[in-house]
Amino acid sequence: MNKSYQWKLLLLVLLVALSIYALLPTFQLYGRPEAERNDPRDPVQRELRGKALKLGLDLRGGMHLALELDKSKLPSDASVRDAVDRAMEILRNRIDQFGVAEPLIQRQGEDRILVQLPGLLDKHRAVQLIGQTAQLEFKLVKQASESRQVIDRINRALAGRSADLPDSLLADSLMVANPVTDLLFDYPDMSRFGGVRVLENDYLKLRALLESVNVDSLIPRDASIGFSAQPEIFDQGQTGRVLYVLSRRAEMTGEAVSNAIMRFGLDPRAPNTPGVSMTLTNKGANLFRKITGANIGRQLAIVLDDKVASAPVIRDRIPTGQAQITGTFTDAEAKDLAIILRAGALPAPVKVVEERTVGPSLGHDSVAGGMRAGIVGALVVIAFMLFYYRGSGLVAIICMALNVFFLFAGLAALRGTLTMPGIAGIVLTVGMAMDASILIFERIREELRAGKTVRLAIDNGFDRAWRTILDANLTTLISAIVLFRFGTGPIKGFAITLGIGLIANIYTAVFVARMIFGALLARRNVRSLSI
Amino acid sequence: MFQILVGSKIPFMKYRRHAYILSALIILAGAASLIVKGGFRLGVDFAGGILVEYRFDRVIQADDLRAALSGGGWAGAEIQASEGGRTFLIRIPVPDERQAGEQSPSAQMLRLVKEKVPGIEGELLREEFVGPRVGRELRGKAFWAVLISLLLILTYVTIRYEFKYGLGGIIALAHDVLVVMAFLSFMNKEITIPVIAALLTVAGYSINDKIVVFDRVRERKKGSGRQADAAMIDMSLNQTLSRTIITGVCVILTLETLLLMGGAVIHDFAFAILVGVLVGTYSSIFIGSGISLDLILAAEDRRLEREERAAKLKA
Repeated sequence: MNKSYQWKLLLLVLLVALSIYALLPTFQLYGRPEAERNDPRDPVQRELRGKALKLGLDLRGGMHLALELDKSKLPSDASVRDAVDRAMEILRNRIDQFGVAEPLIQRQGEDRILVQLPGLLDKHRAVQLIGQTAQLEFKLVKQASESRQVIDRINRALAGRSADLPDSLLADSLMVANPVTDLLFDYPDMSRFGGVRVLENDYLKLRALLESVNVDSLIPRDASIGFSAQPEIFDQGQTGRVLYVLSRRAEMTGEAVSNAIMRFGLDPRAPNTPGVSMTLTNKGANLFRKITGANIGRQLAIVLDDKVASAPVIRDRIPTGQAQITGTFTDAEAKDLAIILRAGALPAPVKVVEERTVGPSLGHDSVAGGMRAGIVGALVVIAFMLFYYRGSGLVAIICMALNVFFLFAGLAALRGTLTMPGIAGIVLTVGMAMDASILIFERIREELRAGKTVRLAIDNGFDRAWRTILDANLTTLISAIVLFRFGTGPIKGFAITLGIGLIANIYTAVFVARMIFGALLARRNVRSLSI
Repeated sequence: MFQILVGSKIPFMKYRRHAYILSALIILAGAASLIVKGGFRLGVDFAGGILVEYRFDRVIQADDLRAALSGGGWAGAEIQASEGGRTFLIRIPVPDERQAGEQSPSAQMLRLVKEKVPGIEGELLREEFVGPRVGRELRGKAFWAVLISLLLILTYVTIRYEFKYGLGGIIALAHDVLVVMAFLSFMNKEITIPVIAALLTVAGYSINDKIVVFDRVRERKKGSGRQADAAMIDMSLNQTLSRTIITGVCVILTLETLLLMGGAVIHDFAFAILVGVLVGTYSSIFIGSGISLDLILAAEDRRLEREERAAKLKA
């Protein structure tokens, strides 16, 4: 046992100890039952989850969203950076209240926000919750006669332009005369107070028709058009929406709301349906008292992101500073609406520019497939190495196992994420580790064939193969680094595992293997080598 | 000890011209197939688009699914059935970016299918939505990633060896990438982010292969003290042949397991690497070494010419 050998051994023991330390939280975490593991509130689990090896969205299931702030909707003097920061703050607020374990919210570039929700099940709800701008406005509904005038004007304007409209928007030639009013269900008698009803199928057509022209330019300056947010069931059992003609100016906005909670029984006609009860700020309460006092008998529409959530009739002056939204909500919808009203409005609407969702079962299949492939691949390679290189093959296998162990530890220490391409990176690392061993062993065999002693053959074999292995691993490392710089999510995962694997490989395949051979040689005067 | 290919004496360099022609033909055929097909089939990542995968609780006909979707305005959908007609991969070309908060395409699709087949339940396996601009950005990123990788590897090999070997290696690398792309085009495979990652992995593996050979040549050169020639390169190739074959077989075995068991997501990735490893092994032997040899020989010729001219001038 010479001095340098002891140092090398110490280094190895130290590295293994560090790796075990890095992987400890992972073993602790995954040793627990799943429900306990994912509890977002338990501080112990939280800490473990932070330190443990994470599975990527493609393996765990979950949702990845890239949102872009619509800069055109920002006031011209606003800084985009601040707006994005504010939007992130609001999104974080909403997601925290929704209750997802470890959401990731990140700025991406100048005007993008990246949101990752691991293990999420109800995708639709999440999109609703994250994507809504939540611009809340209270607007007065126009009186019936004025509403009719506005609708007639739009109708006439569109009839005049029907030649320019795409055929797909005009269901049949009859519609050319009255493109808008023919789609309305109870026009012009407007039996429903304040709005016109549209059947659900016609509603889609009507919206497309109105979106094809700039409606605001066709109607008086103080009016705007809004549809009800959700389908309603009419007296004869059909479903449809209501088209409201509103005043363009909002009497009050969401800034006047200080709190919002889900409540049952807000609507006396349907005591079991949930709604949202809003508490107004002091200023808001004063304003609301004024508005309601001045407009008794009229409808006040509560408009969320340009859709009418409800349009109750003002029966009396409301002094309490409480406002309500009722409608046909499910419990979850009402709860989410309360969350976004509490968290406040985004500074500008956001667009989804990229979305990737992986269902939990596909993630599960991927993990199972990757594990199976990894184990079978490793077994095949192990069998081959033992058959071809006998005893030395065993050394190669020990080094390979150590390499994979270091790889996982490095990944955990760097807070990396294991993704499906990451598993492929591990497989590739195993391939490179094999190659290093093969290079060394073939060299040793050559030396032995040339009649050298075992000791000299091993020394020469390692010396000659070492440079080749270093070059080979470094060039592949170049690819890995470039991939890491340019890649997104899963590809980054591939690059990280490959990179750590290659660095570990240079150490295990050359230094550790040499130590093992050195230990074998040190014990006695070796005459033959099992290779 | 069990051995293969010890003491082989195959005159590889004699056949390098044949290999050049073969490679050129494959790359040209790839280019022709691309022209005929109007370019690569870009995956959702690069083209932008929507990809939805559902597993239904019963078998449904692809035609029924198509009818249900086109009724809801998803007329241009590409539909692929697997698992005996229970699982469907639905692809829709370039979407517009949607206002966040609207119903996602997958939810709308499921509603349409449920209208058509009452009582059916579908489980969403995955959904990818990539806006046209993000697709463009990803295309640019992939292109630069491949280019920068190749340049950096060239720089590294040039520093460690001679520029001639670096150039030979990098031409062989570019050749590998082109041939794999030709095969992707023949097989109608989609170009996705994992496939690009596979190409870069192939570049890593392939340069590794060439370095093993170049290292041998360098060693021979040092031993003999003269410039490399065909015989020397042949000898180096033969000496490293057993390692090349054994490593190749091992890597191919591991890739085969990935291909057979790794599931659908990893399939194309593993396929591209598999083709790349085969091509890379072939190009290490013929293209990388061959081009390096031709560069060396051309330099030798120029040197001889210069010496002759100098001799004439003196005379």
